[in-house]
Amino acid sequence: MASTRRILAVASGGGHWQQLMLMRPAFDGHEVRFLTTLPGLPEQFDARPFAIIPDCNRNEKIAMARTAAALLRQVLTFRPDVVISTGALPGVMALALARAMGARTIWVDSVANAEEMSMSGRLARRVAHLWMTQWEHVAAETGAEYAGTIL
Amino acid sequence: MIFATIGTQLGFPRLVTALVDLAPRLGEEMLIQTGPDTDPAWQAAAAATPGLTLVQSLRPAEFEEAFTRARAVVGHCGMGTILSARRWVKPLVVMPRRHALGEHRNDHQLATARQVEALPGVHVAWEIADLERLLAGPALSPPPEPGEQSPGQQALVARLRAFIEA
Repeated sequence: MASTRRILAVASGGGHWQQLMLMRPAFDGHEVRFLTTLPGLPEQFDARPFAIIPDCNRNEKIAMARTAAALLRQVLTFRPDVVISTGALPGVMALALARAMGARTIWVDSVANAEEMSMSGRLARRVAHLWMTQWEHVAAETGAEYAGTIL
Repeated sequence: MIFATIGTQLGFPRLVTALVDLAPRLGEEMLIQTGPDTDPAWQAAAAATPGLTLVQSLRPAEFEEAFTRARAVVGHCGMGTILSARRWVKPLVVMPRRHALGEHRNDHQLATARQVEALPGVHVAWEIADLERLLAGPALSPPPEPGEQSPGQQALVARLRAFIEA
């Protein structure tokens, strides 16, 4: 039995979060902390402990700074061994910050991107140790890893 | 009850018209979320067909209510619809939008349909005639129950677990 890992699991509200929830069996037996952008969502899925972080997109530099500050606080206090995200931009930022502090990082691109890697997925390539897509043909085209899909 | 949803952004009149035509033959309550398009013929059919209701859009709570009340859901081949059907364990019939018919900017829904056809609980209507075959036929199989993992999910979870515990 592997030793217990601290896992920080990050997903924006909506489809990203739903998909992260379908990956929860991968975290069984480990210490997990969930981060999302939509208040009320973690309670709805009984995902505890959790914290809400401010959302942001690439066009809002001030919002990005606020999100980064909240993520930094989470990473410094939780000290994750592993960070996993299904998207979107706050997830990429979480991977980047945590990797800089020594965590191993996982990106699983949203299954909604059936044609190509998502915009945030392309950004995540440089900061994810394990960079995955949920579509075999996207894996073949991008060099991302494919192991399965939450569907 | 059958709930049909074509999404909020693009119309899909071919699917709406097919369902409006089919509704009287099925003799079953049907709610169709039609998106931005309107057609006087649809309204006339809805007025003449008991149990057939057309709405352009639904609020999230109304969407969830319709989804959970339905015995089967019909939609375009979009991942949002497929994920919702998985979440609420509803048999899903999807019809891919065709680029040649002006229904989307390319044919990616055909590619998606070929890939999701193998999934438990997802049934692809390639042609209009498939809608009646699927909806009037024997009960359609649903997606896996929550907590029950599909083969694809098991494989993904196993890979994540191996990485986490490495």
